[in-house]
Amino acid sequence: MIKVNSKDFEWEEGLTVQKLLDKKKYTFPKIYVTINGEIVEKEEYDITLIKDGDDVKVIHLLAGG
Amino acid sequence: MDVKALKAAHKLLAEYKYEPAKLKKGYTDKTLYINIGDNRIEAKDVPASMKEKFIGGKGYGLKYLWDATTPETKWNDPENEIVIAGGPLCGITQYPGAGKSLVVTISPMTDIPIDSNVGGYFGPYLKFSGWDALEIQGKAKEDIIIYIDGNNGVIRIDEAPLEAIDGHVVSEELTEMYADSEEDKKNISVISAGTAANHANIGLLNFSFYDIRRRVARLKQAGRGGIGRVLRDKKIKAIVIKFKGTKGDLNKPANQSLINKAGIKLHKQIHDYDDVQCRMRQIGTANIIEVMDEYDLLPTHNYQYGNHPDTHKIASNVFVEKYITQGMPDGCWFGCSLSCAKAADNFELKTGSYKGHKVTIDGPEYENAAGLGSNCGIFDPEMILEANFYCDTYGVDTISFGTICAFAMECYERGIINKEITGGLELKFGNAIAQLELLHQMSRGEGFGALIGLGVKQLKRIFVEEHGADPDFLNDIGMEQKGLEVSEYLPKESLAQQGGYGLTNKGPQHDEAWLIFMDMVNNQIPTFEDKAEALHYFPMFRTWFGLMGLCKLPWNDTSPPDNHLTDEPAKMPEHVQHYVNIYNGVTGSNIDKDELILQSERIYNFQRIFNIRRGKGLRKHDAMPYRAIGPVTFEEYESRKERYDQQLKDLLDYNPEGKTTEEKIKIMREYRLNQYELLTDAVYKRRGWTPNGVPTIEHLSKIGMELPELVEVVKNHI
Repeated sequence: MIKVNSKDFEWEEGLTVQKLLDKKKYTFPKIYVTINGEIVEKEEYDITLIKDGDDVKVIHLLAGG
Repeated sequence: MDVKALKAAHKLLAEYKYEPAKLKKGYTDKTLYINIGDNRIEAKDVPASMKEKFIGGKGYGLKYLWDATTPETKWNDPENEIVIAGGPLCGITQYPGAGKSLVVTISPMTDIPIDSNVGGYFGPYLKFSGWDALEIQGKAKEDIIIYIDGNNGVIRIDEAPLEAIDGHVVSEELTEMYADSEEDKKNISVISAGTAANHANIGLLNFSFYDIRRRVARLKQAGRGGIGRVLRDKKIKAIVIKFKGTKGDLNKPANQSLINKAGIKLHKQIHDYDDVQCRMRQIGTANIIEVMDEYDLLPTHNYQYGNHPDTHKIASNVFVEKYITQGMPDGCWFGCSLSCAKAADNFELKTGSYKGHKVTIDGPEYENAAGLGSNCGIFDPEMILEANFYCDTYGVDTISFGTICAFAMECYERGIINKEITGGLELKFGNAIAQLELLHQMSRGEGFGALIGLGVKQLKRIFVEEHGADPDFLNDIGMEQKGLEVSEYLPKESLAQQGGYGLTNKGPQHDEAWLIFMDMVNNQIPTFEDKAEALHYFPMFRTWFGLMGLCKLPWNDTSPPDNHLTDEPAKMPEHVQHYVNIYNGVTGSNIDKDELILQSERIYNFQRIFNIRRGKGLRKHDAMPYRAIGPVTFEEYESRKERYDQQLKDLLDYNPEGKTTEEKIKIMREYRLNQYELLTDAVYKRRGWTPNGVPTIEHLSKIGMELPELVEVVKNHI
């Protein structure tokens, strides 16, 4: 189990940041991702593995509308 | 178009000559008052105290409206005013999004002040012509045109019997009439409404700017709250302004360099990143159509659901690839490199008064596609564009019209109304031709379309009183609050956004706060206090755009690449500092980001008390229809059963096993309504208001707004 934006989410072997975004349907272009507080650069979403127990934040930047 | 013949029929009612006041540090400190009842035209000086407290833009609009009206003034009384004002930053050309006008009046929809923020060239030209604001009061006897020549200092009121009323026609006629040449047309801006605004309370204002490449007068809209209805009730066909000589330093800023530096940085950022961020230059606000669908936020079938299998048919790329002309100048004011205004050219109309005409359509904005489209179950891009065109030219607010249509369609499908009532229209979801026919009827003031133009609040009353509908059910599914229709986002799963709609001054428009991602997706504001802080900060911050004459989009529809490394990414700290800098650069002040919020807070509380003065603006007026808060019907619950069942377990410790859907809906309803009440408590407390939503005298004193006329109002409620 991992945390995604402070909520439980099922972890699986080989889960990358990009796979997580796909599973969550997070398609908004202005997002940033942290794992345990560390920024993950966009170019590394495909190769960055998420470990079981990680705390992932996927922050969507739009507070206006 | 024989504009000479149109002009020859004009009859001069009044003429006023003036020496245009010189601009200094963003202000002329003069405002223009026109009474079209007795054809009186006067200049007013702006007192220093007004400038300090009310700043400009909608601050000036609300102040003048307060002074001009009584608590009993109705929208169609002669003393109701339409006030148009830019603000101290309006008209600068170095920073994107700086050409906005703010329009204020007593709304025929809500019976309280409405404010609407609109592009086009009128606001800057008004200021360059010597006026920080324009007040229009009274009612003309016959159709008139007001003309302001800002170079020669001449203002005229003419009876104008022959010009068209529909926005796209009258804007072309008057641009042609008052320009000396093709080159001169860019110096003209026209405010108009449309034929539907003769009848419909959801009438809007069109503000034009001349597109020199397309050779057409483009239209931007002050859409919300029925200001176009007020304009037409006053028998104003158009207000025309002409100003030649626009250049970058007309505001006579105190420190041009501060403005330039901020502008250059933002221009470069937009150039480098917009293509991979929001694509505002490519498709404008419509970029989020498919995004909202993915997140279950795109209203479909009168906000019952948040997505639809056919959304791909109206996705942003469909409009980009098939309809929108690319590579053309699309800023609604000079110097806006975000250039989000989009147009479909040579679009051949299939219905209505202009059937067969090839026209330029401004749009679609996201709200148009969602309101006219998905919310009504319509996924045909050409029908959406056509309805968009007719809304604009007839002078109809697309957001209200979309939400009203969706409500009527649901009533039709549920058998609450039928063909006898709709005059034969089969008003099912997806029937785009019926939707267009409603618009054409509205423009003629006929049939069921005329009723649609009254808005959801009035329709609910009519369906109950005349057709025996269940009032409780209609109150649940009729998406209006304070008399204004909800804009096009589904807030059911975001408590903060329910507050973003409900705990507002003018009604449920998303221009105070859009918190759905912060709340529902990011989970950044989990507690009531967190949500209340967001529902304090963002409405105050966004109010500031309306004081300045600024557009909101360059604030957060483009981001600095390192924004995520800042302490408060949601606020876009670098952009906030830009705003502080350009304000100080223009006005010579020395404010910081906290004083920026304080400027807004004064006006925000003033507007709240304006509502209270008119017998509104209290807690009971901030309640939302349950459709905005949770699932009303069996179908809604069942469509997201897994989500709702899980919430019952996690949030209420309630076991849904073996329970009927109706039982679960009831339990969930009690819970969610209570959450909204707790949120309301928290927000009022954060804003310095009583539990009934009244600003306290202590709070007014703290923010420097302990004005006797405000204290007089609130003391009766404390």
